[in-house]
Amino acid sequence: MSSVDEVANEAPAVEAVPKRAMTLGYGTSLVVLALLIIGPMFVKNFIVFQMTMLLIYALAVLALNILTGGSGQFSLGQSAFYAVGAYTSAILMEHMGVNYALTLPIAGIICFGFGFLFGQPALRLSGIYLALATFALAVAMPQLLKLGFFEHWTGGVQGLVVTKPDAPFGLPISQDRWLYYFTLVVSIGIYIASVNLLKSRSGRAFMAIRDNEIAASAMGVDVALYKTLAFGVSAGITGVAGGLGAIAVQFVAPDGYTITLAISLFLGMVVGGVGWLPGSIVGSAFIIFVPNIAEHISKGLSGAVFGVLLFLVIFLVPHGARQVAIVAQQLIGKLKK
Amino acid sequence: MTQAQLAQGNAPLLAVRDVSVVFGGIIALNGVSFDMHKGAILGLIGPNGAGKTTLFNCLSRLYQPSSGDILMEGASILTRPPHRIAEIGIGRTFQNVALFPNLSVLDNVRVGTHARTSSDIISDSLKLAWVRRTEADVNKKVHEILDYLDLNDVAHTVVSGLPFGTQKRVELARALAADPKILLLDEPAGGLNHEEVHVLGDLIRRIRDERHMTVLLVEHHMGLVMSIADHVVALNFGRKLAEGTPAQVQADPDVIKAYLGSKDQ
Repeated sequence: MSSVDEVANEAPAVEAVPKRAMTLGYGTSLVVLALLIIGPMFVKNFIVFQMTMLLIYALAVLALNILTGGSGQFSLGQSAFYAVGAYTSAILMEHMGVNYALTLPIAGIICFGFGFLFGQPALRLSGIYLALATFALAVAMPQLLKLGFFEHWTGGVQGLVVTKPDAPFGLPISQDRWLYYFTLVVSIGIYIASVNLLKSRSGRAFMAIRDNEIAASAMGVDVALYKTLAFGVSAGITGVAGGLGAIAVQFVAPDGYTITLAISLFLGMVVGGVGWLPGSIVGSAFIIFVPNIAEHISKGLSGAVFGVLLFLVIFLVPHGARQVAIVAQQLIGKLKK
Repeated sequence: MTQAQLAQGNAPLLAVRDVSVVFGGIIALNGVSFDMHKGAILGLIGPNGAGKTTLFNCLSRLYQPSSGDILMEGASILTRPPHRIAEIGIGRTFQNVALFPNLSVLDNVRVGTHARTSSDIISDSLKLAWVRRTEADVNKKVHEILDYLDLNDVAHTVVSGLPFGTQKRVELARALAADPKILLLDEPAGGLNHEEVHVLGDLIRRIRDERHMTVLLVEHHMGLVMSIADHVVALNFGRKLAEGTPAQVQADPDVIKAYLGSKDQ
C-alpha cells in the first residue's frame, strides 16, 4: 500500500467530487487563459520573466502530478530530468546551432527515454523506497554534469550561456514577452495533451495501477509497462520544462539543478493538490513567490518564515488548491440557490 | 455431426489437470483435476483452508502451480503473465472487492474494457479520431452493462463511497466489460444478507443464460451453491474430496465429515 493510497483514502469528502475531478470548467479555464494572455502586456519585463518561470515550473509540477497523482509513483528526482532537458536544449543551441523551438521536442524525447529507462529498475520499488531511489538520482545529477569527461559539451562547473531568442517575423515585442507567449503556447499544448492522456484508456490504466495493482493486472493492464510509461511521460514533460527554463534563464550550470529543485517541485505538487492538474500553476506560484514574500517579512529568518507559511497551508488546506477550488465551487453553488 | 465436431462439443472450456501448489513445506493444493464445460455453473466448495482461493489464484495467474497444467480451450494458460489472462476470456471478481476506490463507477467499468481495446500514449494525448471512436464504443458498452446491472444511478459516483453490495455489483460489471468466456467469482455472497444472496443467485444464472458465460463460483454459502450450480467440486486440505451434481456432493459421506466432523472425533 503506498502512502498515496493512504492520503487518498483518508479524504472521502474531497475525493467524492465526481465531475471534472481533474480539470477546470470551461468558464474558469477561459478566465485563467485570458489573464495569462493579457496580463504580461501591462507589466515590466522582469515580471514577464517571472511569469515565464511560473509557466515553466507549472509544467514541471504538472509532470510530477501525472506521475504521482496519475500512476501513484513518487519522485524526488525530477530535478535530474529537468537538468537533462535544460542541458539538451543548451548544448543543441550553443554547440550545434539548432533553433531553440526545435530543441524542445528533442529534449522531451531524450528525457522520455531517460525516464522510461529509469522506470525499469524503479518497478521493484514503491512508496518511500522509490522516493529514495529517485532522490539518489537527483543528488547524483549535478556531479555527473560536472564530470571532466563531458566538459567539452557541458562547460563543466562553469555551465553554458544560452542566447536569448528574438521575436520572429520582426514582431515589435521584447524578447521577454516573446518568450513568455512562446512558453504559454507550449504549456497550453502540453496541458491539453496531459488532460487528454489522463482521461484516456492509458490514463485510466495509470489510475487503476495507482488504486490497485492486482486488480489492474486482472483487467489486462500491463502494470510494468504503464508504470514505466508514466515515468517516461513525466520525465519527458519535465525535460521540455527544463529546456524552456534554460532558454528563459539564458544559462545552465550544474548547481542550478540540485535536490532543492526536486523538493520544490514536490512541494508545488502538494500545494496545488495531488492529482489535480490545474493546481500545478498554483503550486508553481507558491514555490516561486512565497520564498520572496518570506524574504520581505524577515530577511534573516526567511527560511523559517517560509516554513511557517508552508505549515499553515498544509494545516489549513491539506489537499492544496484543489480543496480551495472545491470549497469555492460549493459556495458558488449555494449562492446560486 | 462429424466425429471432430462431437469431440469439440465435449472438450472442456477450461481443464484443470493435476494442479499442485506448494508454499515452502505446505502443500496448498495436491493434484486437483476437474473440467469446466461451456455454459455450466461450477461451484467450488470446501472448508476454510481447503485451497479454494489458491486454486482461484492459479486460474488468474497470481500463483504458479508447482506441477500440473491449466488449459483454456486446449491451450495452457501457465505461460501467460497475469495481465494477459483477461484477453483469452477469463474474468474475475475478488473476495473482498478490489475496485479502484478513487475512480467513478463508470471509470472502474471502463478499465474492464482494457483487454479488449488498444491505444498508445501519443494517440491518447492527441485524442486522435480512432481513439475517439474506440472511446465511443467503450462508453456504449459500459452504459449497456451499467443498465444491465442497474447501476445507472451511481454511474458518476466514486466507488469508495458506495455500499458494499453495490461495490460487488460494480466489480461484476467491471468483469463483464471484458467479455469473458469464463467468469471466476470469488465468494460473491460474502457480506451479503439473505435477501441479497437470493437476488445474487438469480443474477448469476441470468448472466450465464443471457450473456452466454461459464461461471466458476467459489463460495462458502452452501445454499447459494446448491441452488444454482450444475456441478460441484469439493476440496479439503488441498485435495479433491468429491465431484458431481449438488445432490451427489451433498450426500457424500466425506464431504459431510469434512464439514461437520466425524462421530469419533
